[in-house]
Amino acid sequence: MAAIKAHGSLISTATNRVLVILYEKELEFEFVSVDMSTGEHKKDHFLSLNPFGQVPAFEDGDLKLFESRAITKYVAYEYASKGTQLIHQDSKKMAITLVWMEVEAQQYDPVASKLVWELGIKPMLGMVTDKAIVEENEAKLAKVLDVYENRLAHSKYLGGDCFTLADLHHLPTLQYLLGTQSQKLFDSRPHVSAWVADITARPAWLKVQALRKKH
Amino acid sequence: MAAIKVHGNPLSTAAMRVLATIYEKEIDHEFVFVDMRAGEHKKEHFLSLNPFGQVPALEDGDLKLFESRAINKYVACEYAVKGTQLIYQDSKKMAITSVWMEVEAQQYDPAASKLGWELAIKPLLGMSTDTAVVEENEAKLAKVLDVYESRLAQSKYLGGDCFTLADLHHLPTLQYLFGTQVKKLFDSRPHVSAWVADITARPAWLKVLALQSQQ
Repeated sequence: MAAIKAHGSLISTATNRVLVILYEKELEFEFVSVDMSTGEHKKDHFLSLNPFGQVPAFEDGDLKLFESRAITKYVAYEYASKGTQLIHQDSKKMAITLVWMEVEAQQYDPVASKLVWELGIKPMLGMVTDKAIVEENEAKLAKVLDVYENRLAHSKYLGGDCFTLADLHHLPTLQYLLGTQSQKLFDSRPHVSAWVADITARPAWLKVQALRKKH
Repeated sequence: MAAIKVHGNPLSTAAMRVLATIYEKEIDHEFVFVDMRAGEHKKEHFLSLNPFGQVPALEDGDLKLFESRAINKYVACEYAVKGTQLIYQDSKKMAITSVWMEVEAQQYDPAASKLGWELAIKPLLGMSTDTAVVEENEAKLAKVLDVYESRLAQSKYLGGDCFTLADLHHLPTLQYLFGTQVKKLFDSRPHVSAWVADITARPAWLKVLALQSQQ
């Protein structure tokens, strides 16, 4: 039995954020499906793993963690010598990567997540998309992507020359948005578009997609 | 001239978050005032420090950083030997601290910031408070603080036995909320209340408040 367990749901962007790093680092792990449709994530057993009742949760032996971006940081450092290098050992290079990790969490994700909910998930659940929310958040996302366009015009990846957590953290929301009208915001910005094509083609990310299709 | 420059405004919660770390680490620095009322943060010079046009920004020699939580992580690691220890070297202890740093950013801050804006800042700017937004976010914050109450019943600080960035990051919004009706949510939870009293009495935090009152 693997020491590493990832508890979550394959439609959850946060769960996918953790799965992709486990594949990038080539780690053995067990995926434990949490049935959100029956409210499993709000029951005592799961709350003992994440008191906020949200997926994913993570176990590595006795260590129990939650919040996808804390889990990915732990994995990237703890297993630094395995698989893809996703952080920098140099403190100044790592500082720049940390900046763009915060940009994903603070500038990009609040907006992208609302669009994923309205355009990606609500339709799956038979709910009606709120067009005003879509319009408002597409305008916000456009401004964020203008900054990304400038950044990626002089840096191959957000953190610098190499693919790191700063890029990886975007993958789950990106994948949802590429199937929607919001794709145009990425396509119309050449450096952003090239970066998206590059990171979504990574083998580890394709493995996450394959896992989703099997379930 | 100090190698470290902090560009910001003492009324900004994000700038205060960085100043708290700088004071805790006892680092020589220059505070460069950004006149937000004059729109200085949206002008070319500042945009070259933070393309999102938000305070704070930090320079350490040639290194230019933005996003307060990234700046703090850099400072805490780079200057680990100076002043207060704000991170753990042990990877599993640091993983737990990372979890609660993410909790601050993802669970606490969205609700706390909206309440700070409606109840503390809008009145200062002569704008009227939206009571529906206040009600909604007080309810959300109450649920978050219930989790904090349970956590702090078994852990002196959020990350473990020691004060770390996981606690520090809350200070600026806490300070604003304590001047408002939201204070009752903290006062009514004994472990949360004790934790707040402890961290807001730290000498480094009192220095940030002194700087604020000078402006």
